[in-house]
Amino acid sequence: MWQRIGAMVFKEVRQMLRDPGTIAMMFMFPIIQLLIFGVAINNDPRHLPLAVEANDNSQFSRAIVAGLRNTSYFDVTEIAGRYGEGERLLAEGKAQFVLTIPTDFSRALVRGEHPQVLLTADATDPASTGPAVAAVSEAVNQALTRELSGPLAARVAGPPPVSLVLHRSYNPEGITSHNTVPGLLAIILSMTMVALTAMSVTREDEQGTMENLLATPLRPIEVMVGKIVPYFAMGFVQVLVVLAAAKLVFQVPFVGSMTLLLAVTLLFTLVCLALGFTMSTLVKSQVQAMQASMFYLMPSILLSGFAFPFRGMPWPIQWIAEILPPTHYIRLVRGIMLKGWDLRLALPESAVLLVMLLAFGTIAVRRYRDTVA
Amino acid sequence: MSEVPAIAVRGLTKRFGARTVVDNVDLTVMPGRICGFLGPNGSGKTTTLRMICGLLIPDAGEGEVLGLDLKTRRRAIKHQIGYMTQKFGLFSDLSIAENLEFIARVYGLDNRKVRVDAALERLGLDSRRDQLAGKLSGGWKQRLALAAAVLHEPKILLLDEPTAGVDPKARREFWDQIHTLAADGMTVLVSTHYMDEAERCHEIAYIAYGVMLARGTIAEVIAGSGLKALQGEGPGADRLGAQLEALEGVEMAAPFGTTLHVCGPDLPALRRAVSPWADRITFSEAEPTLEDVFIHLMKHAPDHSVLEAG
Repeated sequence: MWQRIGAMVFKEVRQMLRDPGTIAMMFMFPIIQLLIFGVAINNDPRHLPLAVEANDNSQFSRAIVAGLRNTSYFDVTEIAGRYGEGERLLAEGKAQFVLTIPTDFSRALVRGEHPQVLLTADATDPASTGPAVAAVSEAVNQALTRELSGPLAARVAGPPPVSLVLHRSYNPEGITSHNTVPGLLAIILSMTMVALTAMSVTREDEQGTMENLLATPLRPIEVMVGKIVPYFAMGFVQVLVVLAAAKLVFQVPFVGSMTLLLAVTLLFTLVCLALGFTMSTLVKSQVQAMQASMFYLMPSILLSGFAFPFRGMPWPIQWIAEILPPTHYIRLVRGIMLKGWDLRLALPESAVLLVMLLAFGTIAVRRYRDTVA
Repeated sequence: MSEVPAIAVRGLTKRFGARTVVDNVDLTVMPGRICGFLGPNGSGKTTTLRMICGLLIPDAGEGEVLGLDLKTRRRAIKHQIGYMTQKFGLFSDLSIAENLEFIARVYGLDNRKVRVDAALERLGLDSRRDQLAGKLSGGWKQRLALAAAVLHEPKILLLDEPTAGVDPKARREFWDQIHTLAADGMTVLVSTHYMDEAERCHEIAYIAYGVMLARGTIAEVIAGSGLKALQGEGPGADRLGAQLEALEGVEMAAPFGTTLHVCGPDLPALRRAVSPWADRITFSEAEPTLEDVFIHLMKHAPDHSVLEAG
């Protein structure tokens, strides 16, 4: 019996070593996982972009900016006295926090009136806001304590000199599902569109039906379009299901334009299909197609900002994540659904997706020939 | 008849990397003829068929299929060619009728339903039209594949080892069908390993290691080889093969049942070689078989490659 088991083991190892996909999986998976979980994922993100809207250009507001800069939590940009600028930065996603210092701030502070400052947070991703909010309050009061010296030292005694008012924009209650459910659109589409297309194309090769198809007057582009259309329809149904669930089950707010959302979803679906097709031209079997889609899906789920805060990742990983289509689509979905992005705000991310579509589309069409071998 | 060949290719060559799989092949088939395409495994039969039907682009050579240039009119050629692949090329997860409907749609045929029904009727598959193609036995799969390949009434039919793994009765019926189609004017180029099938063809072409070694009718090919054969009968005749093959003048010696078939290029030399056994075994002159010719050709063919062609 042992000899027979040994024969099986020996054969299995030989086959494994002969298949580059399996070897890649064996070594790359642990490495990628280690990188992602060990390095990339950080639930206490630092260096978050924070804009200070200092309507009161005083020594105190300058001290606050300096104090915030000293924490590792924020990368501070100062935008003194331009009213409404902070809100714009927040909407565009260029800042995650805006600290608004009111006009009569220093006067009120000196008078000991415990003035309020407003911290507006982009709470579309509540996980990345939490720890940072506590840091703001701490930093502001520490900075002012140093500043309030001499005759003003009395202001430091008792309750903190400044009280912080927190406003969670776009997701006031900090509900996690408001963040994850829109993100799921990207993940579900990536999973089904990429993997199914890749496998459906390789199936024709594997079962020998491709040769038959190509011997008929069917053009490669016709085969491609014919294959894409049903999956495209399926993707559309998936989108409707997720959107219905978002509204009816999870009560995710939808403040933007449905038309715009469907438009960018269409774009993203095409990117996925083109990517799946490109993948299918690079692999030889359905098993390899499955492995290739796994390699794509894992980082898509973990790095795109779906599962973990995007800004928590070190910049090289963020850069890698920028190459993944779901990263851009997730921003678009969250932007449109939760922040009410209009076409102008949605344009930059959509442009990235469009470039990806053209790139993958070109590769797929080029590599997909009407001859065998 | 002012005959324009259905297939006329000259100097057809295909290389995969450094390997020349098809080397300078000429082939002409006249309309309504059945041409058997023979050769050992990996000799370039499939590659040649694929070049003729536009699935591969030749690296060198030229030709016309139905008067259309092989290189520039691939699309037009595809409309008029039926190609039955070596491996079952229809969809296992579609029913028989669905497969035929798909093919009819792809070729943009009119009266789709009528054609599919007629094809099912001809196949005798009308009662099983809703059965999945993948569930059919080898013989039925082959019938279905043929029906699909001729559904659009092509002028040329290319068959790549169509009867591999099919039982004798089904093979017989298959060939009857091929002859019926040819009688209606269809030109057929069929690759095969079976000698009995080669004998059913109007003419044959023999290719080995990518090189065309013989062409013509069976009688022409046999005569052209210059081989002579003897048949030995007597006690233990069938056991002498190995001993005889070692002798000068004997190219092959193979048992056929209890008799021995010996052949070589020269009759007197052959007779001299078998003379030591003449006392107990009677040797009489026999007709060389096609198989003799092919093995003879293979032995003398320059071996370009021992690798199997893709």
